[in-house]
Amino acid sequence: MAQAFDRRDFLKLAGLGGAVFASGLAGCAGMAGAERDEFYFVQLSDTHWGFKGPALNPDAAGTLPKAVAAVNALKERPDFIVFTGDLTHTTDDPKERRRRLAEFKDIVSKLDVRTVRFLPGEHDASLDRGEAWKEFFGPSNYSFDHKGVHFVALDNVSDPAARLGEAQLGWLKADLARLDPAAPIVVLAHRPLFDLMPQWDWATRDGKAAIDILMPYRNVTVFYGHIHQEHHHMTAHIAHHSAKSLIFPLPAPGSQPKRVPIPWDAAQPYRGLGFRGIEAEVKKPAYDLVEFPVKA
Amino acid sequence: MNRRRLLLAAALGGLVGLAGLSRAEERVIRIVAKKFEFNPSEITLKKGEPVVLELTSEDVTMGFAASDLNVDVEIPPGKVTVVRLVPDKEGTFGFHCDVFCGDGHEDMGGRIVVVAA
Repeated sequence: MAQAFDRRDFLKLAGLGGAVFASGLAGCAGMAGAERDEFYFVQLSDTHWGFKGPALNPDAAGTLPKAVAAVNALKERPDFIVFTGDLTHTTDDPKERRRRLAEFKDIVSKLDVRTVRFLPGEHDASLDRGEAWKEFFGPSNYSFDHKGVHFVALDNVSDPAARLGEAQLGWLKADLARLDPAAPIVVLAHRPLFDLMPQWDWATRDGKAAIDILMPYRNVTVFYGHIHQEHHHMTAHIAHHSAKSLIFPLPAPGSQPKRVPIPWDAAQPYRGLGFRGIEAEVKKPAYDLVEFPVKA
Repeated sequence: MNRRRLLLAAALGGLVGLAGLSRAEERVIRIVAKKFEFNPSEITLKKGEPVVLELTSEDVTMGFAASDLNVDVEIPPGKVTVVRLVPDKEGTFGFHCDVFCGDGHEDMGGRIVVVAA
C-alpha cells in the first residue's frame, strides 16, 4: 500500500536546513509539485548483488528488483539516481565479479530515470583496484553539476587500504578551486570520510585530508553508504548522511562488541532496509532526505 | 629474538611505537595473518611490558589495526612487519584487518588483553 509523504512530514535535521521523510518501498508517493530551484534525487546503496545468506536476507535476489520497482513507482521522477557503492557482494573470482556486475547493471537498467550515477564499494573494487567495476561504469571518481549544485564522487575503496590517495586528493582540490566558497557542494562516497568507527573499518584513512579540502566551502553535504544504516554526523559545518542498505542492516556504531549483521526478522521483513530521496532546495541550500523501508 | 634479527625485521617491515626501550627487555609475539584469520587471534600482554609484534601474511596484504592502542600497519606477504609497543592501559582491545581482503574480511580480527604487570 502506498504511503504518501509531503513536505509537512519532513523531520528537520538540526542545523542542516534539510529534512528526512520516509515512505514504503512497495509503492511510495511522490512529492507535490516541485518548486522552482528545487530538485529531487534518489540515493540507493549497498545492494550487494550476489550475496547469499538466508539468515540475513532470504530475499537477497528479490530486494534490489523491489527497490527498482519502488523507485519507478515514485510519483515524482527523480532528476537522477545515485548508487553509493557495494553494488555487488565480493568474490575472489574475477569472472564471477563481472557476472555480478553485469547482472546488477541489467537490473538497474530498468530504472525509469535517464541519469543513474554509480560509485564503487570495497566489495566491488578492492580486490582488483576497481578494474572490473570501471569496465562497467567508467571512472570511479568524477564530478558533475546539476541545477546549481556541484556534485563530486570520490573513490575511497579501490585502494583496499581505504585511501583516497594523493592523486585523487589533488584532483579534488583542483576540481573545487573554480567554485565560490558559498557554492552548494554535494560529495558522494562509499565509506565515511570521517572516523565514524575505525574499529569496525568505518573510516577512510586519509578522509581527513578530503574534509580539510572541503572545509573552506560553506555549503557541503556528504552522502555515503558502507555502514548499512541511516546515520547523521557533522564535522564542523559539513553534514554527513549515510544511507540504509538493500541487503541487510548493521548495528549502530559501537552498540555491540562486534559488527555482526542484524538477522532477518520474519515478523518484520525488510526491516532496516531502504533507500533515500533527497530534495535539494538550492537557494538555501538544503537537502530533504527520504528514508524508505522495504516491504514484502 | 636476537638484536641482529630484530634490526633485520625492522628494516624489512616498519617500526611503530618506538619508545627508546632496551630491546633486550622486549618479548616477541608472532602473529600470522591469512584469509580470514589471525593466528593467534588473542594475545595477552602486561601493562608497561615492552613487546615486539612480528606480523606476517601467508597470502595477500593484510592490515593490523588496534586503534585503541594506536597501532595501524599493513602486512605485505613475504616480509615481516614489526610493531613495537608498550601497553599503557589495562583492558581488552580489539584488532582487525583494515585492508579489504575478500569475503570474510569483516570477520577478520582478534583481541589484545592487557593485564596488570
